[in-house]
Amino acid sequence: MAAAVLLLLLLTAAGPGPGQADAGRERRGALREELLLSPLPTGDVAATFQFRTRWDADLQRGAVSHYRLFPKALGRLVAALGVRELHLALTQGFWRTRYWGQPPLQAPAGAELWVWFQPTVTDVDKAWKELSNILSGIFCASLNFIDSTNTVIPTASFKPLGLANGTDHHLLRYAVLPREVVCTENLTPWKKLLPCGSKAGLAVLLKAERLFHSSYHSQAVHIRPICRDASCLAMSWELRQTLTVVFDFFSSGQGKKDWSLFKMFSRTLTDTCPLASQSKVYVDISPKNKEKELLEVSPPPTSVHEAIVQGDRRTYAVYDLLSPSLFNTSRSLNVQLKWKRPQDSSEMPIPTLHAQRYVGGYGLQTGEICTLIYNTHPYRAFPVILLETVPWYLRLYVHTLTIITKGKENKPSYIHYQPAQDRSRPHLLEMLIQLPANSVTKITIQFERALLKWTEYPPDPNHGFYVGSSVLSALVPSVTAMKDMDVEQSPLFTSLFPSSDGSSYFVRLYTEPLLVNLPTPDFSMPYNVICLTCTVVAVCYGSFYNLLTRTFHVEEPSRGGLAKRLANVIRKFRGVPPL
Amino acid sequence: MGGTPKYPEAPQSMGGLLLQLNTPLCILSYLSGLTWFLLLPALAPRTYLSENAMGSTMVGEGSDLGARALALARDFGGHKRKAGGMPVAWLEQAMFQLGLEVHVQPFSRTLPFPDEAHERYLVRGTNVFGVLRAPRAASTEALLLLVPCSEGSKNNQAVGLLLALAGYCRGQVYWAKDLIFLVTEHDLLGTQAWLEAYHDVNLTDIQSGGIPGRAGAIQAALALELSSDVVTSVDVAVEGLNGQLPNLDLLNLFHSFCLKSGLLCTFQGKLPPPEGPSGPAYAQSLRTLGLMVLGQAGGGPGGAHGLFLRFRIEALTLRGINSFRQHKFDLGVLGRTLEGMFRKLNNLLERLHQSYFLYLLPSLSRFVSIGSYVPSLALLLLVLALRALDLWMRLSRGEEGEGETPPGEARGSLLWLVPPILVSWGAGTALYLLPVRGQAVATQHFPVGEAEAVVLALIGIYVAGMALPHSTHRALSGGGQRGWMSLKLVALLALALLLSCLALLNFSLGFLLGATLVPPAAAVRPGGNRLPLAILLVLTTPGWSLFLVVSGWSQVSLTPLPIAGCPWLCSWFSPRRVCRCSWGSQGSQRGPRCL
Repeated sequence: MAAAVLLLLLLTAAGPGPGQADAGRERRGALREELLLSPLPTGDVAATFQFRTRWDADLQRGAVSHYRLFPKALGRLVAALGVRELHLALTQGFWRTRYWGQPPLQAPAGAELWVWFQPTVTDVDKAWKELSNILSGIFCASLNFIDSTNTVIPTASFKPLGLANGTDHHLLRYAVLPREVVCTENLTPWKKLLPCGSKAGLAVLLKAERLFHSSYHSQAVHIRPICRDASCLAMSWELRQTLTVVFDFFSSGQGKKDWSLFKMFSRTLTDTCPLASQSKVYVDISPKNKEKELLEVSPPPTSVHEAIVQGDRRTYAVYDLLSPSLFNTSRSLNVQLKWKRPQDSSEMPIPTLHAQRYVGGYGLQTGEICTLIYNTHPYRAFPVILLETVPWYLRLYVHTLTIITKGKENKPSYIHYQPAQDRSRPHLLEMLIQLPANSVTKITIQFERALLKWTEYPPDPNHGFYVGSSVLSALVPSVTAMKDMDVEQSPLFTSLFPSSDGSSYFVRLYTEPLLVNLPTPDFSMPYNVICLTCTVVAVCYGSFYNLLTRTFHVEEPSRGGLAKRLANVIRKFRGVPPL
Repeated sequence: MGGTPKYPEAPQSMGGLLLQLNTPLCILSYLSGLTWFLLLPALAPRTYLSENAMGSTMVGEGSDLGARALALARDFGGHKRKAGGMPVAWLEQAMFQLGLEVHVQPFSRTLPFPDEAHERYLVRGTNVFGVLRAPRAASTEALLLLVPCSEGSKNNQAVGLLLALAGYCRGQVYWAKDLIFLVTEHDLLGTQAWLEAYHDVNLTDIQSGGIPGRAGAIQAALALELSSDVVTSVDVAVEGLNGQLPNLDLLNLFHSFCLKSGLLCTFQGKLPPPEGPSGPAYAQSLRTLGLMVLGQAGGGPGGAHGLFLRFRIEALTLRGINSFRQHKFDLGVLGRTLEGMFRKLNNLLERLHQSYFLYLLPSLSRFVSIGSYVPSLALLLLVLALRALDLWMRLSRGEEGEGETPPGEARGSLLWLVPPILVSWGAGTALYLLPVRGQAVATQHFPVGEAEAVVLALIGIYVAGMALPHSTHRALSGGGQRGWMSLKLVALLALALLLSCLALLNFSLGFLLGATLVPPAAAVRPGGNRLPLAILLVLTTPGWSLFLVVSGWSQVSLTPLPIAGCPWLCSWFSPRRVCRCSWGSQGSQRGPRCL
């Protein structure tokens, strides 16, 4: 099959039709795939897949009809609905930043979708509705539940990640569905978007049975326009498919934290995707403390790459699947990692920025949403943008909003608040807060729980009502200065958020989703009332009505029973008058 | 009542009947109320699991934790002795080794009374808890296992079992809710501190460090008390603060696992009575029911779980008992029971809400629902209503009979009612507020201890309440016959109202107070021999009844009160406020004529 595809490729490259010579050269694409394996401070292992399909064509012109690497379903969607940027993440579980450190790409629990539309789109809401419905079909997710009650228009938190002329936030829509459950039916369509499917290359490892036997599973699709080259005269489209899984080796390995590709995915790498122009496996082997190497990888890597990722100097062992030497020695690649000595708790590094959110108070009338934001940087303060989306049925009291840092009130330098409208719009609260060095900032806001209409309650078995994660976006000052790198050459996991300068890096964090109980009436009571009323009506009214409407006749004395009739027949025969 | 001149015959005949038969009707109503209550154990239906997710699904328990739990318990005991308190560092390390996310919460509280054992005012402690994060769950829901780390070697085995269970559960993949394993110091104080910090509220002025790691809404909690290597039976406590009860399904779940594992389970220290109607079975059911009513009426929590109920976390306390019975169970059986309960709770798709929240238990396997027990109290309160009706009709008939009563006098007689009512309500409020609020002042100015100050203030106010009748005597003497009748009418209605409100909050307290207060309230009237009436009134003071209940409960159940040394908890018991106020009004209003 790979050969057939290659043949097709050659044909299209060699024989462009008349008048399409220019277009044919333009529509070049490239697929880069990579897998990043990073042991987490707790001993778990995070595996991040990134597949980047780059297409040197302008989708918006509408003239594109021939799709090669870029999935047609998404390409046509982008062209038809005037999408400028699309970011969709489906996540099962919660990334524990405090213990796992900063991930390359974080996503909130459930489904998250944010889209920038082209300025040419006139009715953004309609396009958004249509888009979410189509995506719902493509990814088998409940994205069709995105409506005006959970859509917001953030003003500051979400900037375009790709090329953009303007940042008019009216072209942006953002929605989170915290209740969404992600499973195999979402993974399969995601895998089908890959040029090699799950037949070859790194995608061989994507075995659903293993991917969902993990602590955390997050899959995402990012579409954005990027510069074609350094001069940025032309535009290309980039589709980035990422998948992050965290494997918990504590529960599966009886306390042993050594791992291998086979142990994680129950597969090994045997070949490469013939369409991929780059296919690499990175293993994070950076020493946690300076003196001792903790980890040992086998087989020996093809090269070692040093990079500064999220303010930290990292060392990666790189396996290049395209280099011929790799598969020469053995037929398959099974990366293994061994811990040289067990860890203890004191070594756990704490990320510079992490947060915690919870519902305070008790009872069913009021409550409090508390967010704790930690800045553990020893001497640098930095601002953070907090985006809070709260459903309308929690009525926020804005006057109770307090932001306390180190016992003093912390005045946000920017606040954008959009109050909710019952049954049509959620609360949106965006704030720019300065976090002093080495501090904890506590943000609290009180709310009242609304009484819903009886049809608005979910059907009986429900855990409660979910409030989506709040979003923290910050430029975190890095400890180590970063060099300007060639974006095109650096590993994929470093390049989605371009850093503005060398001294800081961009972080987007999501807090826990919340579960809130609303006052729920006893729904069995109406049932009982209906039953009782029906019984009363049936028994009392029925019999009364029966009595009132029945007409009573004075019945003639009957002609008697069977014996009497028989006797009369006999008497008739005898000629005697009947009884 | 009297204003229906159109058909004078019917009301008069009805009224006449009520007036004539009032006393027999009252006696009948009171006796039938008591009989109804006494019949409850005999007519109680069997318990059943209402919750589908817990009832129909099967879980297998695979753990065998006995030996491991004992080893951990011994280890814990050793470190506890060495540390002379809770071995925080060791616990932290042990939980970390088990693969939990470990957090520590320090707290301190200044006590209003010096601690009984150590004569100290400031109590410092540390709670340690480990969170088992469920895979692929976003930490929105959690289950909790609580072990209070007590003084001495008490509860060591429970900590061992908690650690062993945590280690076992960590290796399992099926968790959908986070599990919190909590070890608290200073029993109730630590538990309360942890709960307040977890919900970020401050109700009792506990200074506590924040909780760095949370796990969402806690769906259910189990508290474990265990002080021996083997158990003969497990006793379950349900009563929470102010008589709150957990959802009956949680208890049913425990009962079903007892039956499954063959563990001997008791309620109020009593085994379920033999099946079938028999005299001894009825007697045992009645005794169990009585113990539960007494325990609930006391208002104190029956175990560490009692504090969770206010936060709407369904909770139970399981207490391992080691008696002289032949057959012993090792900790493995108890571990399997806990594991099974957690697995079933893990399956829950909703909060525990299907089954009853208001019930009484004559045994572990039978229950009396609110619909069955409320009529007994309603019949008691009917006495007050009948009495009030009688007075009302006599008052209105008197008006008709005299005919010429000037309207000014009628209004005047009603105005006379205001001072005694106000004074008695004030006395009730003082009874609630003064002893606790004023103890600091009292200890400064008088040579008494804090605890004595409260008791002395209470007695003082009660004694002052006895003098109230004399002070209001003059105010009422002008009203003549009508004066005391209208005062008693108001008092009866107020008592009925307060008792019914109280019964909604805490049925047991309402019923016990009703049973003791209703006869004197209905019977007292001026004239006759005053001394027996006065003695009767003093004996039925709610303060006296409460004292009897608390001491009776600890006497009858033959176990010492499980939680001692937290007298400040008393200040939250809001129903006491109600009953004190009610008695305040009652005492003073009925008093004038009989003293």
